[in-house]
Amino acid sequence: MIYFVLLLVIYIGIFAILSLSLNIVTGYTGLLSLCQAAFYAIGAYTSAIMLTRTHVNFWWVLLLSGLVAALAGVLIGLPTLRLKGDYLAIATLGFGEITRNVLLNWDSLTRGPLGISGIPPVRVFGIVLDPLQKVHYVIFVWAFVLITYFVLRRIMRSRVGRALEAIREDEVAAYAMGINITKFKVFAFGLSAFFGGIAGTLWTVYNQSVNPSTFDFLLSVMILCMVVLGGMGNHLAVILGAVLIEVAGELPRLLGFSSLVPPQFKQILFGLILVVMMIYRPQGLLGRRVPKSKYVAAGGPSVGGTDGSHTGDLS
Amino acid sequence: MHLTLPELIQHLMNGLTLGAIYALIALGYTMVYGILKFINFAHGDILMVGTYAGLYTYTAIQGANVGPWSLVIFFVAIIVAMAASGALGFVVERVAYRPLRRAPRLAPLLSAIGVSIILMNTAAFVFGTKSKDFPYPFDNKPAIIGGVAITPHQILILVVALVMMIGLKLFIDRSRLGKAMRATSLDMDVARLMGINVDSIISLTFVIGSALAAVAGVLIALEYTVYPTMGATAGLKAFIAAVVGGIGDISGAMLGGILLGVLETFGVAVLGIPVGLKDTIAFSILIIILLVKPSGLLGRAEREKV
Repeated sequence: MIYFVLLLVIYIGIFAILSLSLNIVTGYTGLLSLCQAAFYAIGAYTSAIMLTRTHVNFWWVLLLSGLVAALAGVLIGLPTLRLKGDYLAIATLGFGEITRNVLLNWDSLTRGPLGISGIPPVRVFGIVLDPLQKVHYVIFVWAFVLITYFVLRRIMRSRVGRALEAIREDEVAAYAMGINITKFKVFAFGLSAFFGGIAGTLWTVYNQSVNPSTFDFLLSVMILCMVVLGGMGNHLAVILGAVLIEVAGELPRLLGFSSLVPPQFKQILFGLILVVMMIYRPQGLLGRRVPKSKYVAAGGPSVGGTDGSHTGDLS
Repeated sequence: MHLTLPELIQHLMNGLTLGAIYALIALGYTMVYGILKFINFAHGDILMVGTYAGLYTYTAIQGANVGPWSLVIFFVAIIVAMAASGALGFVVERVAYRPLRRAPRLAPLLSAIGVSIILMNTAAFVFGTKSKDFPYPFDNKPAIIGGVAITPHQILILVVALVMMIGLKLFIDRSRLGKAMRATSLDMDVARLMGINVDSIISLTFVIGSALAAVAGVLIALEYTVYPTMGATAGLKAFIAAVVGGIGDISGAMLGGILLGVLETFGVAVLGIPVGLKDTIAFSILIIILLVKPSGLLGRAEREKV
């Protein structure tokens, strides 16, 4: 039982990083991306290939898989210069499917549908991470959650973060204010993909094998669900979203009546969450963080964006 | 690469039938987009539910054996499928999209993704994940004409698709309701001022689009069987077809569907692209079109209002 709880805590940590990273693009910049699973997959596969074929230090593996994912993020970010809203969503969906297809078919590198297994355990600060020692993994993964949280929080409270939020609120106005829309959108995608790739490495290291079937469209939707449920544009909220979705999905197993609940229960729940949240509480459980600034009058800015009623207007 | 003329016609024929199916599904996407400016992500899953309804109707009346009345029963099954999908499309619009009509554009899209997942998984729960065979209502023995093999199934697809598309085109261009639909898609608010009941026009759009998709669903089910995720794959391709042709444009959806079907078939059969990467062709075409001409082949570029 405790074994299973620890497992769940590890999964929640990995998904917390994924939803934090998606939050940059969808929550802050207001671009609906449906390919977070692809960045996750690219990170996972890059580290899996490096760990099985080379003897590079783990930290280099981690950095490189983040960078490879970020490169992919920039590549998919470039079309966003021209695409809006739903078109962008579909393009990212297409990118996600292409990634999965390539992983399935590039046998010489990814071993196709078999996936890569037998990934050796890594050594971090002199400790060899053994899958049986769950506590080590919990500390390891959650350390990364904290790092991701603080790094992203710093970035989002900087000039860059304000530029991204400005793009979400009104692209034309942001452009008129001298914000380089192209540069910042591509940056948002790259940053989001980088942390998605990091999460992928954590998954590889924990699971010691990767398989293309893990990284399907539903996974992207699940990450999106976490962001939407918690509250777009709010770091702590999306972590809460990750906790709630993971726990809700595993609740039958946790309480020991998994045999009574059909395996589709989890997905149906995600779907219901999306529909119900959109109709009754589009800002998510916690809502968007309202910036406390001396330039903004009490009650929030008059633009009507940050009061939480706005879910990233893409029109 | 040496292609004989019969081979070329053969591939063209295969591509054309596949494309006709894509086109039928794409019409639903494009009609809804034309009016609501929103992608009905659940369209493919509505198709899947309709196809199951058709399958159960057909097997309940006919059984697996081909009899003299099979074709008639098959058409009854198609009509049941159309009714089921149409009703579902109506309900989905009422429950999941209508409350969000004034919401930011991201909201209905997310809601639609939710509906899609609910339908897909509920179907997997109710009907099981195993794919079910839809028996041919006729002897599907190909006729060889000048070295080209044409199956009765292909002819059926082409005839049904053609009838449906001409019917839809006439309905939209000639009938009063079609005129109301065009007006609603041009400007919803002005259409309402002109006395058009915009809500029922939107419902009607969903019903027609879903019913057309159900026809396509039953037609492909004969060859590719029925399974809970059938709508996701077919729907995605059809959506790409709609975008390629110019989303919001009825003729564009037809053109895009046929173009995509032909390109996919030629990509695999002539260019030697591995079958596993077949879906990648469609997605690559999509991304290229979005980059080069986002409004699609027949679409008019929308001027952005500041």
